[in-house]
Amino acid sequence: MNAPRFTRYDIHVTFHLCMSSLTDSVFAAFDLITQYDPMLWSVVARSLWVSVWATAIASVVGICFGAWLAVSRFHGRSVLLTVLNTLLALPSVVVGLVVYLLLSRSGPLGHLGWLFSLKAMVLAQSVLIFPVVVALTRQCVEDADRLHGEQLQSLGAGASLRSLLLVWDERYVFLTIVITAFGRAVSEVGAVMVVGGNIEGFTRVMTTAIALETSKGDLPLALALGLVLLAVVLCLNILVAAVRSWRLRVDGSASDPLQKVWV
Amino acid sequence: MSAQQKTHLPIPMKKELQLQLQGVDVQFGSHLALRQIDLNVYAGERVAFVGVNGSGKSTLLRVIHGVLPVSSGQVHWQAGVQQAMVFQRPYMLRTTVINFVALALWLQGAQWRIAKEQALAALHQVDLQDLAHRNAKTLSGGQQQRLAFARALAVHPQCMLLDEPTSSLDPHAKREVERIMHDWIADNATTLLFSSHNLGQVKRLATRVVYLENGRILADLPTEQFFHQPLERSHPEAHLFLRGERV
Repeated sequence: MNAPRFTRYDIHVTFHLCMSSLTDSVFAAFDLITQYDPMLWSVVARSLWVSVWATAIASVVGICFGAWLAVSRFHGRSVLLTVLNTLLALPSVVVGLVVYLLLSRSGPLGHLGWLFSLKAMVLAQSVLIFPVVVALTRQCVEDADRLHGEQLQSLGAGASLRSLLLVWDERYVFLTIVITAFGRAVSEVGAVMVVGGNIEGFTRVMTTAIALETSKGDLPLALALGLVLLAVVLCLNILVAAVRSWRLRVDGSASDPLQKVWV
Repeated sequence: MSAQQKTHLPIPMKKELQLQLQGVDVQFGSHLALRQIDLNVYAGERVAFVGVNGSGKSTLLRVIHGVLPVSSGQVHWQAGVQQAMVFQRPYMLRTTVINFVALALWLQGAQWRIAKEQALAALHQVDLQDLAHRNAKTLSGGQQQRLAFARALAVHPQCMLLDEPTSSLDPHAKREVERIMHDWIADNATTLLFSSHNLGQVKRLATRVVYLENGRILADLPTEQFFHQPLERSHPEAHLFLRGERV
């Protein structure tokens, strides 16, 4: 069987059709954003709600656990650290699957009835970003403890108090960690798709909507959501930079702990 | 008032054993940082630890202070002795100068309001009262070291440990910090244990000099004897150190 032959004209026409389609989609996407399309903005609001809660839960638990882990010494610590570091690369669909199994009717948390709800999505995202918060916190507090722990110990601060003091003292780094975790949460698709079910008007969030609308061919809506998602990430980066420059202004020439995270 | 103008430092009279180290070893991995350290310190003594870099001076002070565990041996403190340590490079918390000092007192059990009052008094002792509400991290090196002193003085220690307190300072800050040390010693008959590379400072402040090399005590002599009597035969390593031939 002969392979299909494309002339230069065919390629030219196809390219222009694609470009035209892309340009139309971009303009349509901007229209959706600027005209405050209710469907689009409800998806955005839901997405932010889920990720803010997931970040808050994972940050509170993760920072406490990571700080404790940084100053504690016990048998099996190195194994735990290895597991936590491995979890950093955990695929989000695997997290979704595990949370699905936990929340499914026959699972240990099935009685909660959270499956295909926003609570399930919050739980899944919390599980997903928890290792990120713990690992960054642990590294940051451990570095600070190695440098300054003895001096705090000298004041009479025990391990727990020392870890809290170091967390407080490096608080701007933790702000950055929280923002990083939020960025990871808001941009993931696999876990929320599995446990949320992508139900329109109920559990559909930006990432799942983008995946669905793209597969349906509704490019303007997918692009509009993509642009909003990019804007959210851009805002986060601007926020990180602003926090950093503000902290440098406040502390003058003092050392920059944010370097520990970003360099 | 300069250190030289101040009245002579008190001569320790009491012979009350305040600190005793017996057969102390400290090991970091395969490296033995301290080997079989035996040391008695009496109340009111001013002991200087000298030696080249890596000889174990800082490790010994950290062991004495209790922030570094011994690998073997024992460290006995007389019951109820309050001690404080000033480190070579003090760590500034991201807070105001007064809160930084008050925190030390609060951790010792003082109420926060009282801790702040006492902290202000300690800041007066080191002439930092005008900077009480400044961010501690923005202070200069000399001011940070004075603040570290204020924090140590605030807890009214009966024994002060200083780890090369002036080594990272410029000459002016060095003089300021040494003046504070000198005034404090002159006004308080407290025990002082310090490490220093500055032999002039050791002569001015110490009543006894302990020379360390490779984690061992190789000489433990009164200051006068350490600096002014021949050591070639009795303590050849210390003799070479004083001649600058130990690096």
